[in-house]
Formats: sequence, structure tokens, C-alpha cells
Amino acid sequence: MSAAIIASDKVVSMTSGSAATPVRAASEAVPVAPPVVAAAPREPRTPVSEILLGIFKAVFPPIAGMVLLIVVWALLAGTGGSIPGPLPVWEAAKVLFADPFYNNGPNDLGIGWNVLSSLQRVGIGFGFAALVGIPLGFIIGRFAFMNAMLDPIISLLRPVSPLAWLPIGLLVFKQADPAATWTIFICSIWPMIINTAVGVQRVPQDYMNVARVLDLSEWKIVTKILFPSVLPYMLTGIRLSIGTAWLVIVAAEMLTGGVGIGFWVWDEWNNLKVEHIIIAIFVIGIVGLLLEQFLLLLARRFSYGNS
Amino acid sequence: MSKVIVKVEHAGMTFETKKGKFVALRDIDLTIAEGEFVTLIGHSGCGKSTLLNLIAGLTLPSSGNVFCDGREIAGPGPERAVVFQNHSLLPWLTCRENVLLAVERVFGKKEGKGKLKARAEAALEMVHMDHALDKLPHEISGGMKQRVGIARAFAMEPKILLMDEPFGALDALTRASLQDELNGVMEKTGATVVMVTHDVDEAVLLSDRIVMMTNGPAATIGEILEVKLARPRDRLKLAHDHDFVEYRAALLEFLYQKQVKKAA
Repeated sequence: MSAAIIASDKVVSMTSGSAATPVRAASEAVPVAPPVVAAAPREPRTPVSEILLGIFKAVFPPIAGMVLLIVVWALLAGTGGSIPGPLPVWEAAKVLFADPFYNNGPNDLGIGWNVLSSLQRVGIGFGFAALVGIPLGFIIGRFAFMNAMLDPIISLLRPVSPLAWLPIGLLVFKQADPAATWTIFICSIWPMIINTAVGVQRVPQDYMNVARVLDLSEWKIVTKILFPSVLPYMLTGIRLSIGTAWLVIVAAEMLTGGVGIGFWVWDEWNNLKVEHIIIAIFVIGIVGLLLEQFLLLLARRFSYGNS
Repeated sequence: MSKVIVKVEHAGMTFETKKGKFVALRDIDLTIAEGEFVTLIGHSGCGKSTLLNLIAGLTLPSSGNVFCDGREIAGPGPERAVVFQNHSLLPWLTCRENVLLAVERVFGKKEGKGKLKARAEAALEMVHMDHALDKLPHEISGGMKQRVGIARAFAMEPKILLMDEPFGALDALTRASLQDELNGVMEKTGATVVMVTHDVDEAVLLSDRIVMMTNGPAATIGEILEVKLARPRDRLKLAHDHDFVEYRAALLEFLYQKQVKKAA
């Protein structure tokens, strides 16, 4: 898992098209549809069929992929191993999601509470990381001395698996919950520092020349030029951070216990409810996907048709 | 002779590079009077943009002095507005906000919000961009962006307007219409302009004086041509004007006979 964290720390371009997930492909297909009336006179061969073709092209491949996944899963389950097949998991999921927010005391909470509590931890840890990391990124990007000074520290600490910091968190905070949040803080902070710093360093010289010619105040430079210019980079940093944090929280909670989706997975393993583990895998995947898509949407809102 | 706005005295510019010192400019002496339109022309790499940057204060000369209005230039400032080749509009601000940013800087302390906004809009109207006040730069064409860039510079009411190949990135037809636009604005405002170009027709059409630069490295002023064509100038009539053709020929002679550019 630590390998995945390191790889995802790299600065990724905003318009990375690699994330051609089903959700995105389907949403892009909608505006493609041409106005029926306008196209009808010169194109007698029905735009309706083209719309259908467009929807088909957008929807079919992802559905085929999901079907393939389920088929492979069913085949693996059918070979006689102990992995439950799609049907039993589906039945278990129906029961589970009938009441996701039940509360039978702290050790028996619905899956909804577990997901929310993990999200809360990620939110807090990530929030602190943003509060520290973004200003630090600005400072590193703006002053070459700070860059030279802090670069070796970041290079040294960044490759460390966040889980290695968990004992330190336990030692300092004496409690499991803040220790898990601390782990999220540590893993979220690097992409944010690095991307913000890169963004500041890549503010086009033209814009800085405008600032110099207009002799703008430092406040105006920050609000009107630096911040909007760095925002797309910052959002990339945030996206990578949240992705990593969501990877790490599951593992951290497995170690710390309490309430949370990671702990829930471990608990269900101890109860030998393997169906629930598979459900948890899907839930973790879907939540991660939604977080990513939301931040991509946000990033697109703030990219100014780069010329 | 009218008031001197910019004075360049024995200015030279040497850049430190990895291969050692690179002398870009040497022995530049130039005086620009109020209301004058001066173009700097020369082959690429002759340091004409470097000279413009010296006047803008974006770079400081390694020898000699540059004065604006009697004071030595120590850095850039809004009294020397620059129109950049690539327009350099801030992509997250609308046309109006881009101009307003400059207007606020210059007049913000003395005037109210409404007056500042009116100034920005008047400047955009002058370059016929009042239809796109609330558009973002990526929503308008390259020629329109440059119009907004010009409006931004004029709105600051600078002592001198510095233009670094402002129409270089535009197609010939758009360039012609912007040249006419600029000529019109010049007539209305009587602004002082220094413009870098490598377009011979553009130089003759717009200038009062054309400063011809020798080839770099260690470029300097080769010749200065006074253009005494009556204003307003009409590009159609000028095409057959004897003097215009003579000026043009003089420029071509300098650029392609006296300063032959080695095959790049």
C-alpha cells in the first residue's frame, strides 16, 4: 500500500484524461446530443439514432466492464473457495442497507455511521493538513531559500508510509482517535505542500510582469494574481491528498479500532462475515470515487480555458 | 522642441550567461519627446525588446542611465504602461476587471468606485470592446484580447506607452485593423508611444521616428529615420504615396543591405 501512496504523490496534470470512469463518461454523453429540430432538415437520417448511438457508446463499455467484474467474481467464488459469490453478497447488502444508521451501542453501529466517522477523521486530518500545507507551499514556492532549506526534509519524510507515524501519534495523543487523524494529517500534507509550491513557481512570468508594471501591492498580487493562478495546482494537491487519506484511513482504523469503516472491516473479519467485507470494499471504492469526482468537478470550475 | 519624456544616456546591457558575459546592447542614446510615436525596428535578437524593457524598468541597465520625466528609472511603474506581445490579461478576470485592476492602482486613491468603473468602460469603448465588458479573456479572439491590453494601458493615462510587438501574434488583417485603431486612439489622446516591431509597413504607418537597430550581439542604434507624413494617415492613400514608398525603401535598405542577417 505504501507504494501506491508514493506513486500518487506525484504532481498530476489537471486535465488527466486517464480517469475515464463510468460516471464521468456517462455525464459527458449528455451535452453531445444535437438539437433535433435544427439538424433534421439537412440530415434526414435521424439524429435520434445518433443520440442513441452516442448513449450506447458512452454507457455500454462501462456496463460491460462491471458485468465482466461480476462474472469473474462469480467464477472465482464458484471454484469452491470461501469467497462468497455476488448473490449472497447482494442479499447481505440488502439487509445491511435497509438500516445503515442503527445504533446498538458503540461496538455495533450501522455501516453508515462507520463511513461517516471515517469521513470525519479524514476531514479533520485533511483540514489541518490544508491549514499548514497550503501556506507552507506558498512560502516554499515564493522564496528560494525556504525551498532549498525544506526540500531535503520533505524528500526524506515524504516516502515514509503514514502508518509508520501512527505509534508517534499514539505516544503523543495517548488516544486512538487523534492518532488516526494525525496519520491522515501526515499523509495529506505532502501533496498539498508540493503542488502548491510548484503552482507558485509556475505562475507565468507575464502575470508577474503585469504586477510589476502596475506596481501592485503585495496583497493585490496575492489575491488577484498568485492565488487564482495557483488554485488549479492547489486543487490537484487536495485531490491527491484526499485520495491518499482515504487509502490510509482504512488501514489506520484497522490498527486503532473504534468506529470507522476500516475498523468495521476488521470486525467483520473477526466475525467471519466475509460478505460484509466485500460490501465494505465496494463502499470504500464508491466513496473514494465520489470524492475524486467532486474534486475534479471543482477543479474544472476553476480552470480558466488555458490559452 | 516639446518636453522630453524619456532620455536614454549611454545605456548598455550585459547579461550573465553560463557561457560568460553576453553584451546585448551598447552605447544607446535616445531622447523621446512628449506626444512622439517612436518605433524600434531591427532583426530578431538585436535587443529592441531589451531596450524597451530598460525604459519600462523591467530590467535595469548594466551601464549608463535611463530617465523618465527627469528622474532615473529604478523599476517598473504605472506611469510607463506596457502592452505585452501576448496581451497578458489575467484569465480569471473579465475584460472590465482586467482594466479596472490597472485603473484602481492609478486612480483608486482619488476617485470613487463608480468613477473608476466609468474609466475602465470608457477605455474599453475607445478600442470598441464595450460589447465584451463581462467576457473572460478565453472567450474572445486574439485581436480582441490585444485591444483589451491596449485599453488597460491607455486607461492608466501613462506618461509613455510601451508596446512590445503588440500585433506580432496577430494575422495580417487583424493587425491592420488594430493599427488603424491605435492611430485613432493616438489622435484622440496625443499619447507618447515607444513600440517594438519588425514590420516595416507598421513602422512607417504609425511612427514619427523610426529607430533602426544594428544586429546583435552588442547592438546599438544604427540610424534614425524621421517620418514626416501628415496625420491622420490613411493606409489606402499611403500605399501610393511617394514619400511613404521612399521611407519604406529606406527601412528595407537598412534592414536587408546594411544589416544583412546571417542565415539563421
